[in-house]
Parts: sequence; C-alpha cells; structure tokens
Amino acid sequence: MAEFAYQFLLTLDATFRLATPLILCAMAGIFSERSGIIDISLEGKMLMGAFVAAAVASMSGSPWLGVLAAMFASVILAVVHGFACITHKGNQVVSGLAINILASGLTVTIGIALFRQGGQTPPLGGTERFRPIEWWLVDTLDSVPLLGSIYRELISGHNILVYIALILVPLSAFLLYKTRFGLRLRAVGEVPKAVDCAGISVSFLRYRAVILAGLLCGIAGAYLSIGQGAGFVKEMSAGKGYIALAAVIFGKWRPVPALYACLLFGFLEAMSARLQGVDLPLIGEAPTQLMLALPYIMVVLLLAGFIGKASPPAAIGQPYSK
Amino acid sequence: MKKLMKLALAGTVALATSAAAWAEDFKPAVIYDMGGKFDKSFNEGVFNGIKRFTDETGIEVMEFEVTNEAQREQAMQRMVQRGATLVLGVGFAQADAIDKVAGENPDKDFAIIDVSWLDKPNLRQYAFKEHEGSYLVGMAAALASKTGTVGFVGGMDIPLIRAFACGYVQGAKAVNGDVQILQNMTGTTPAAWNDPGKGAELTQSQIDRGADVVYQAAGGTGIGVIRAAADAGKFSIGVDSNQNHLAPGSVLTSMLKRVDVAAYQTMKDAMSGKFDTGVRTLGLAEGGVGWALDENNKDLITDDMKAKIDAASAEIVAGKVAVHDYRSDNTCPAG
Repeated sequence: MAEFAYQFLLTLDATFRLATPLILCAMAGIFSERSGIIDISLEGKMLMGAFVAAAVASMSGSPWLGVLAAMFASVILAVVHGFACITHKGNQVVSGLAINILASGLTVTIGIALFRQGGQTPPLGGTERFRPIEWWLVDTLDSVPLLGSIYRELISGHNILVYIALILVPLSAFLLYKTRFGLRLRAVGEVPKAVDCAGISVSFLRYRAVILAGLLCGIAGAYLSIGQGAGFVKEMSAGKGYIALAAVIFGKWRPVPALYACLLFGFLEAMSARLQGVDLPLIGEAPTQLMLALPYIMVVLLLAGFIGKASPPAAIGQPYSK
Repeated sequence: MKKLMKLALAGTVALATSAAAWAEDFKPAVIYDMGGKFDKSFNEGVFNGIKRFTDETGIEVMEFEVTNEAQREQAMQRMVQRGATLVLGVGFAQADAIDKVAGENPDKDFAIIDVSWLDKPNLRQYAFKEHEGSYLVGMAAALASKTGTVGFVGGMDIPLIRAFACGYVQGAKAVNGDVQILQNMTGTTPAAWNDPGKGAELTQSQIDRGADVVYQAAGGTGIGVIRAAADAGKFSIGVDSNQNHLAPGSVLTSMLKRVDVAAYQTMKDAMSGKFDTGVRTLGLAEGGVGWALDENNKDLITDDMKAKIDAASAEIVAGKVAVHDYRSDNTCPAG
C-alpha cells in the first residue's frame, strides 16, 4: 500500500511536469480567444519558442536569455497572426494554420543552417538550462511521514518554469476579471461594437491580447527545450498546443477551470506512461496501444459527457469592421 | 594573350576528357535523408563510410541532403541525369522513391540501407540484425544494474523497434534470469521519433519503478531518455551511432549499427565492378552491429563485463547462441 501511495505521488509529480506547457499555452489561448481571435497557432508559437530558446541558450550559455529570446520570437509570430486577422481581417484559422506550418519548417531550416545537426540544436549542458530547484527544509522534513515525501516529491524539485506557470494562472484570472484591461478584453470578444462605441480601439486591444498570448507561448516553448528537455528536436511540441486548445474549451475559456483541465490531461499522460506493460488487477496486461490512446479516449468521454455546454466568446472568429 | 587563351582552353579540354573518362567508369552519388549528414546518428554514419571511401580512393561522391519528403525521388532522378552510375539511398523512408527510380533506370546501379523488402534486379539492399547488437547491450545493462531492473524506451511501436526490445530482453535475461525489464513505447505515429519530453518522462517513470539502466531506440526522443537518466544519476544506452559522448559517465554504452560499413562496401564493390544485387543482412558476424567502448565509458565497463559480452558475441558469431528476431514471427519468446 505504501508502495502504491508512493507511486501515485510520483505520478502526481509527473503530472505537474507534463501539464506545465499545457497550462502556459492554455492561458495564452484564453487571452487570445477571449479577445475574439481564434488561436490554433499556439502549437507553432510554442515550437518557435522552443527552438529559439535552445539556440540562444546554447550560444549564450544562459537559460534566461533563452526564455527572453523565445518570448520575443513567439511574439513576432503572434503579431504576424494579429496583422493577418486584425488589421487585414483574414480568416483566423487559416492564419493560425499558416503560422504552425511556418514554424515547423522554419525551425528546422534555421537549425540546419546554424548548427548543421539535422535541425537539432546541440544538447544543452547543466548551466544552459533550468534545473530542478530543491526547496528549503527538504531534508529536515524528510523524516515526517507522508508530508515529508509529498513535500519532497510534489512541491519541491521542479524547475522554475513550472512554478512560473502555476503562478501565472491566478495572475491571468486577476488580469481578466479584476482589472480594467481585463474587462475591456472580455468585452471585445463578446460585443466589440460596444467597446468601439466607448471610444476604445478594438484593434489595439486585440493586438495586446495576441501579444500576451505570444509571450506565454514563448515561455511554454522554452520549457520544452530548456526546462523539461535539453535541446531542440524538430516538431518537439508534438501536438501539445492543440491539447492546450482543448483545455481552453474544456475550461470554458476561464483560467482556473482550464488549469484543472491541463492538470487532468497531464495526469492522464503520466498514467499512460506508467501503466504500459504493467499487470493490472482483473484486466491483466493492457496493450500498449490502448494505454497510449487512453488520454485521448478520456478526453472524448469527458468532453462528451461532463463538460456541459461550452459557449465561446460571442464575437470569436469574426473580424471587426466598423 | 591569344596564346594564353589557347593554353587555357587546351587545359580545360584535357581536364574535361579525363573527367569524362572517370564518369564512364564510375560516378557514385548518395542521398542523405532528413536529418542531414551531420545528424550525429544514422546519416552521419553513412557520411563516415563515404568519407573513408573518398579518403582511400580519391573519388568524389556526389551528395544531396533531403530536407522535405517530396525531394527524395527528385534528388535521385537528378543524380541519374547528372550521370551517376550508382545511387545510394539512406533509410527506409527512401524505399518507395528508390524502387521507382531503379525501375526507370535499369542500366544504373542502386543501393539502399535499412530496406529488405524491395525487388529490383539492379538494387542492393542492406538490412541489419539489430537484435544481435541489442542482445549485447542487454547483457551490459543487466551486468551494470544494481537494482535488478532495467528499462527500454522505444520510439514508434513498429516491428523494427520491437526487435530492438526483444534482443535487449534476451540479452538481459541471459545474464540474470530474474531481471525485471520495463518496456515503454513513445507512440504509434511518426511524431514518436521526435518527442524528447515524453522520452524523458517515460524514463523518469521507469526510474521511479526501480530501473537503473535504460536503453532507447527512439531517434530524437532518445535524447530525452539520455538526458533524464543523466539527471537522475542512472545509466542509459545509446543507439545507432556511438552516443557515449552525449552524457559521458552516464551513457553506459551504445548499440552500434554500422551503416558506415554498408556505405563503404557499396562504394567499394561498385568501383571494382563487383556490385551484386539482392539483400545483404549485416549482423555481428559481418561487423554490421556491435557495442561501443571508448574513452567516455571505459570506466563504466569493467573487465568482467567486457569479457562476458565479448564471449557472448563470439558465441553468436559462431552460431552457438541464436538471438531470436522479433520480425521473423512477430513474437518475443523471452517476454
């Protein structure tokens, strides 16, 4: 039983590691979509962020410079997205898709040109990426049963970006619900006409929203390549942007419920890693394919059965023209 | 001035004729696949073989690096148009392209690495007995493990990767019948080759369950495996090319797939007119697979381990030990 509890604890620990990029991207998606801009380019922005973070960290030796550069690169893509759908009133899904394709090709092409390693960046050493942070008192608390291990495994020992992601959730909620900017942002996604009539620029508000999304996706990308991983590998975002988008819908475009959705996805993925090839009571050893598909099956079941009606911002996907 | 021009012209003509003479004899080309020739893995192995050939014979090999899927067939056709007499394709992803181009150019020679299922009279195919190399690193894993639990992380769940896993299991069990082997596959789509984050996570989950040596056959995902094992102070095992340098002191050894041997052999045979077609299978006996021992891991491999692995290697070569190939019947008797 103790062994089982410990394994469960480690699975929860893995949940946070796996959910971090989802959380950051989901917050990005919420800002963008709450302002009325569909954002399927979370994936592309994150991938670009991952590449730039690893490339800059590898050349400069500093992970912090890597994150900043990743945020910058991701914001550039976000502004391109904004330029296409806000200024030129283009189709937001098409623009997002274009950015995903652009990022997928550009990262590998630049990677080959810079490092000549087939689109990868060189593997990063210990000081070039974010390492797990051991919290205070880990060793003193270790002797306390249960709480000691929870503190050691679950709370302590993540890298800084995990904590940043978790802090950003209440911050995002605060920004959305408690500030003037947040109120206007939500309004512009529902009734842009009203915002315009109040004398506030719809375009500028939406630009700020997509730039915020860019910043957050950049951090998510950096987490992939210099937090969780140690270097960029092509297509390393591996669909996480789309899962984050599902989490946004799952959380009904609200930060805290979206956080829960991300944690759920993270937990399911952690479970599927741990249950492969394990003898389960009653069922026996389940086939690998089933275990790999488990998170997605659960998502479909939950989406179909439990989430209830998800109503998106009223003006989402519609370019605003006066 | 006129005289000088004439001289230059004569020189050019002379050069051109000598080049033409070479072209008639032998003009090889190689098409590297996505990843490029400096990918520190599969393609770079081929490049090393080609380089050795060029260094020894002085014959330049035309080359092309494919950067997207549509280029494979195009590149092969371009090489034939440019007068290549031999085109070497790298990797199973080029199988369809080379099958077509070889069919259209029956008077030219073709060769491809990691393919064994095509049938063209002018095509040589190289396959490897990855299960034999995996057997040896499986032994190394079980010998180095202190917990009695070792792990395997595969990329995409395909028979080839199952063959790596199966060889590994047989090797580990040969050393220690009670050894626990944890196996994970990263996914069932090609994205599974490029997900180092998930590779690291799978490795961490195996380490949490007691594994202290993890073998990966997962392409780019494997980088995550090596990193996670190094961070946790455990061992990992590299694959395809020598990956010992990726985390010195943590990469126990690497399972080598000597694609350089295949590339070199192809060039050499074609040059000396001994190019024969059909499928060539390279195993331990042919020097096609093996395990890596260099300055990065010499402190990790004890004399006793080396002796045991070398002995098993000799037995496999002599045919006294048969390593089961998962691909032969899609099962793994060792479990």
